[in-house]
Order: sequence, then structure tokens, then C-alpha cells
Amino acid sequence: MSTVRTLTVYNGRAFRLADCPLLGADEFRQEVIEGIAAGARPAAFFAYPQPSGACTPHAPRGDCGMRLFAALARAKTGDLAVVSADVGREYAAITPECPQVHLFEREIFEQWNIRPIGHPWLKPVRSPMRGKGDSPHLCEAPSGPFRQMGTVPFSTPEATEFFQMSGEEVHEVAVGPVHAGIIEPGHFRFQCHGETVYHLEIALGYQHRGVERAMRSGPGPRSIHYAETLAGDTTAAHAAAYCRAIEALSATRVTARGQFLRGIALELERVANHIGDLGALAGDVGFLPTLSYCGRIRGDVLNMTAQLCGNRFGRGLLRPGGVALDIEARVVEQLRQRVDTVARDARSAVELLWNVPTVMARFDGVGIVPPETCEQLGLVGVAARACGMPCDVRHDFPYGLYRFTHIPVSTWHTGDVFARAYVRWLEVQRSLAFIAEQLDGLPAGPVIEPRIKGDSPHLPERPGGCCAQMGTVPFYSPLAAQQAVVALIEGWRGEICHVALTGPDGRFAAYKVVDPSFHNWSGLAFALRDQQVSDFPLCNKSFNLSYCGHDL
Amino acid sequence: MFDVLLARWKQGHRTMRYPAGPPPELPERFAGRPVIDAARCPSDCGQCVAACPTGAIGLIQGERGVQLDMGRCLFCRACETSCGAGTIAFSRDYRLAATRREDLIVRDTVRQAAITLDAASRRLFGHSLKLRQVSAGGCNACEADTNVLGTVAWDLGRFGIQFVASPRHADGLLITGPVTKNMRTAVEKTYQAVPWPKLVIAVGACAIAGGPYIGHAEVHDGAASLLPVDLFVPGCPPHPLTILEGLLALLGRR
Repeated sequence: MSTVRTLTVYNGRAFRLADCPLLGADEFRQEVIEGIAAGARPAAFFAYPQPSGACTPHAPRGDCGMRLFAALARAKTGDLAVVSADVGREYAAITPECPQVHLFEREIFEQWNIRPIGHPWLKPVRSPMRGKGDSPHLCEAPSGPFRQMGTVPFSTPEATEFFQMSGEEVHEVAVGPVHAGIIEPGHFRFQCHGETVYHLEIALGYQHRGVERAMRSGPGPRSIHYAETLAGDTTAAHAAAYCRAIEALSATRVTARGQFLRGIALELERVANHIGDLGALAGDVGFLPTLSYCGRIRGDVLNMTAQLCGNRFGRGLLRPGGVALDIEARVVEQLRQRVDTVARDARSAVELLWNVPTVMARFDGVGIVPPETCEQLGLVGVAARACGMPCDVRHDFPYGLYRFTHIPVSTWHTGDVFARAYVRWLEVQRSLAFIAEQLDGLPAGPVIEPRIKGDSPHLPERPGGCCAQMGTVPFYSPLAAQQAVVALIEGWRGEICHVALTGPDGRFAAYKVVDPSFHNWSGLAFALRDQQVSDFPLCNKSFNLSYCGHDL
Repeated sequence: MFDVLLARWKQGHRTMRYPAGPPPELPERFAGRPVIDAARCPSDCGQCVAACPTGAIGLIQGERGVQLDMGRCLFCRACETSCGAGTIAFSRDYRLAATRREDLIVRDTVRQAAITLDAASRRLFGHSLKLRQVSAGGCNACEADTNVLGTVAWDLGRFGIQFVASPRHADGLLITGPVTKNMRTAVEKTYQAVPWPKLVIAVGACAIAGGPYIGHAEVHDGAASLLPVDLFVPGCPPHPLTILEGLLALLGRR
């Protein structure tokens, strides 16, 4: 074991960039491999232009001017190891040793044309368009096995090469990007023999709208709106990650009441989505009662969020320093009653599932992800907890309200569709109990830090009364220069990671967003192995991953 | 079996009576149709223009007051908060949809325009409208609140409106998202696959003008840049009631 060459940092706490070890590419690689072997999970791994800024992605080989940055989450000790390295046009790929980083390395290649030598499947992640004048940050077309990548200016994600099987009666099924329901676009390619799927490859990128690229130029008036729309069904959690990054880099405190309201919003988001998913799972196996009830109950929960801020998805609620809007005692009382109603309705709707043989026959043993695969792929959130892995940012890297009030980690060991459904139901119950507890103990005081450090002109006067407090609190003042922060949040799908690095001017030098879906799409592909093609919708729904959160 | 029947009894009948009865209750803080009071506007202030993240607000040349483009608006209330004079206020009026893009621009003097569809189309689609939804680069919130219309509480099917699996079975497209460059081909092909005559409905700020991603090189700033749009439904995302009201108004069913 070599001497430790990483910096230990904590969730949501800023550190000086100068303290982050800068290694050679080989040492960096060694540190990442050893860290993962010791039980860490790559929370973020990306490249950004070196602070000197002299070089462009078009610079010749070996003179690239790029820097790699990795954040490894260590659940055992509740901290993160960060490490960085200057890198040329290529470096030895880490994926052969650690499959967890396979998509990160593909992304680094796609975004910055830094080739991980020896990567077994170096194909596009999002196929960003490279028309003339588009996306100036993108590099020139690389050459290699995936000839379409970058060379055809208007190729789409499905126009790439896929892993293929050959043999008698082997056939390929292609689905998407436009699907049969009201679903986001993605392309799925199944290699089948008869009805059995041997391999599924998922090509995404249709939702790529340049939101992460745009966040790099922040903070600005649109930054919080970008954060809120990274994945629309995860508005509160992504906004929380952004706010915590800003708060760390501007030494801003969050008020107690603000923390409570954030916690309530985050858990409402989890409850709404989990209930919706349980209903949709019932629908996918043709059990209509639970589908019908859950669709309605989900709406009731979204309407609770709308009581906080006027928007069913929590837009406009979370802002650096706390939340933008306070609620009156009358609303607290209403919400408290609604929590009980939702708990009662959800129990009657969801618990039907576990007692109906036709449902259980379709849930049990379908789409199994073995625990070893889960670990090797670095799965997070519900998908990982359904494989018996007790990983939960709220427990492992507690933040905000979860430092004071704990939610038990919900796991199930079977790794199948049932496990992913049952973990959701456990979490719904525990989150509802948590929300009730927070509403009962809501502290008094301001909901947002009244004086955000170094930010004089942007906080509007807040006269009393709830209506007068509506609105947004923009935050564009300079942040602490040359610092960085890794902000982890347990969104309803799993671990959300935002990494912000500031330059000498107090603006972002890099901003990285890792949605849980980025880790988990591979899990879906593996869950489909040896399953029937017709089980795909059910397996897909049991993961319910975000396309836009992946495509950014 | 007994459990299923008991649950059915406990859950009760939930479909709303709207449009025959009152609309479902909107949250107190719901941001609906903005109202502009030009008389209150201090000229040459520009606070609201600067505060708007998507450039939805513009000063009117040679006139007092401002105009607000609901097609670009994220309903974030930044303008309302920034204006000390109370020129802009978001009402709780959920009726936002319009058939013409220019009708989304709110001014002091302009009253809400009627939603129009020619008589032939109303006769064709008025009692049966099958839509193919295409998600093209948004954040999935518009999709979620469009999906809600299919739940028992809203029961879109009772109006003869239904989302179908194939564009060949559809009378039109309901597009969400700004239409990314990566989705352009898919959107165009799906549109071509819908038989004539056909409608296009753009739901949400992204599908109307690009939403928060307006101006990004990766997107087309809305469905109207590629296809003729028959109905615009503003919001980020629009409330399900706003979408439903827009659809019903388009079909003359309201």
C-alpha cells in the first residue's frame, strides 16, 4: 500500500484547490484503483481545463492542458477522497480495473478528447452535435472503432455501433427513441435468441440540452433554474445539491427553519415519486387497482409540495441560505393532516400488491442484479439497496436535517423487481413518518439566512405575511476563489453529486453534475440479461431512471 | 379478492367534475396568468427585465409599462419580486393556453385572446382526439404532468382525448422539451408519420421557446422552429389543469 496521496474532504464542505493533491496521470490512476479496491465508490470523475487556460482541446497530443479530478465516496468513514492529475491527450484507462468508472471515462473522452487507452467500449455517451459553430467546448472528431463519433455532424445516438451477437436464429430488437407512452427518449438495442435477451445496450443523449455546460459559466441568474431542471422530477434534490455547493463556497449558513423545510420538500419528492412508481409497476403487470389509486395519491403528494411554493415539483422553493418561502401555522396543520391521509391511502393501495399472486408471480425473481454486479457497476440508491447494499447518503454522509434526525436505511436482499418495489414502499412509510415528525417540530425563525455574506444587493426586503415573501432570491455574487466542494444528496433515485470548482475570479472553473441515473443505467442493462424481451418494460419501470438527468 | 374490493370501497370515487363542475383547487401560491398594471410602472427602471432569467420581459418602445411573454416565462416570480412598484403580479388564473404565439404576450391593455380552431378541425377532432406524445429534451416535468391527465382524478379519456402508442394512430403530436438537436430527426419523422389532417400542441416553456435552455447551441428553442404549432400551453411545467383547459378550449368543449 502506497502512502496516501489523496485529500480527505467532507460532504458539502469547501476546501482549497491548492490542498487537492496534483499527481501524475499514472499515480492518479493508482490512487483511484486502490481507493475503489478499499471499498470507496467513484462519486464523480471528470476533466476540466487547467487553470492556466492557455490550452484548448485542439492542442496537439501531449500538450492538452487538462486536469482530471476524482471524488471517491467512502461510506465506512463518511468522508470523500479527492485527487487530481494533469493529463495529456491520453492516459491508461481505469475501467479495466474498475468497471464503476466506465461511463465517466467515456464522458471524458467525448467532452474533452482525452483518450483512456485500453477502455473496452469507448463509444459516445450523449452524442453531442458537432455542427459548425455548435458547442465550441467540444473537441475535434476522434478516430477509432466508433467511426461515427464526431465524424458525421448530424448523427444521432442510435447511429453508432452496438455490441452484437451472431449465430443461428439470433436477432436484434431496436426500440426508441420515441416510445409508446409518455416517456423520455432513449434507444434500446436487445441481442436476443428467441425471447431471451442476452445483452441490452442503451444509447442515450436525446435529452442532451447543454445544461451542465451552461452551468459551468455560472453562477448567474439562470443557474438555479438549470439546477431545478437537471431532472424535473428531482427538482428539490438537485436544487439542494446546487444550494449546498453555493453555501459552502460562500460560507453561508442555512437557518434552522430553512433546513426543516428543505428536509420536508426532499422527502415529499421521494414519497411522490415512489408512490407513482409503485402504481406504474402495478400497471405494467396489469394490476389496475393499485395503478389507479397510486396515480391519484402521487398527485396529492405533489399538491402538498405546491402548498409550500405554488409549484407541484418544488420549483422556486430551495435557494442558497434556506428556502425562499415560509409557511404559516395553518398550512403546517393542513400538511400534517394530509400526511396522515396519504399514509392511510397509500397503505390501502400498495399493500394489495404483496397479497396478489398474479402480481407477485411477475415481481419475484425477475430482473435480478446480483450484489457483486451491483458493486462492480457502482449502483446507487434504490437499485443498490434492493441488492442488499445499505448505501444511503442520508445515512453515510449526513447533511442538513439528516445530521440531527435519522431515517433508517431501507434494504431488501433479492435484487429483483420485487426488491426494488418493496424498498420503495419501505421508504415511503419512513419518509412519511419523517415528514410528520418535522412538521410537528418545525422551529421558529427566518427561513433564509438574512444576510448572505458578500451579497448585499440581491436579497429583497421581506415584509411580513406569506404572500409578501413569495419569489426568488437570486445569487450571483462572487464565491470564494480557488476553492472546491463536493455536495452529495440522496435524491429519490439515489446519490446526486455536484462538484463545483471556482477560479481566481470567484466564478465556476468547473461544475460537474452526476445524477444517480448516470451510475444506474448499466444496472438496468445487466438486469435484463437472461430475461424475456417482454419483461423489459417491467424491469425498466422498476429502475425508473432519468434520461434528462443522464443526458444533461 | 376481499382486500381488493375493500380497497376499492376505501379509495372512493375520485374523478373531478370539471369542466361541468368547479375546477380542482389550486394551491394558494399558484403562479398563473401574469397581470401588468402599466400605470404603476416607473419608466426606465428595468429591474424586472434584468431579473428575468429567460428574457421574457421587454420594455415597450415609446410606452409606459412592460410586456411579458408567457411563452418564455418560467413563472419563477423573479420579476414580481424585483419590482418595487407592483407592476407585475401573477394571478391565479390557470387559463394560459393560446393558438397564436403572439397571444402569449401579456400587456396592460391586451385581454386574453380566444382559442380558435377552424370548424372543420373541430368537427373532426372535437369528440375524438388521439395524440402521440413526443418528449424532446426537457426535464420530464411537463411529461409527468401530462401523464397525470390519464389518472383517475383527471380521466382525460372521458373527453375522447387519448395518448396512443403509434403516430399512425394519432391525430396530432403533443411535444414537450425544446427539441434538442439529437431529437430533431425523431420529431420530424414522427410528425411525418401522423396522417393528415394533424395538430401540433406545444406544452411547456421549453416546447414554446426553449425554456431555461433558450439560446443553447444544443437545442432548437421550441417545436415551432420546426413544425406548425396549433396550441401553445405555457408553464414550467404547466399545471395539469392548464393543459386540460387548453385542450378542451381547442376542441370547443369547455
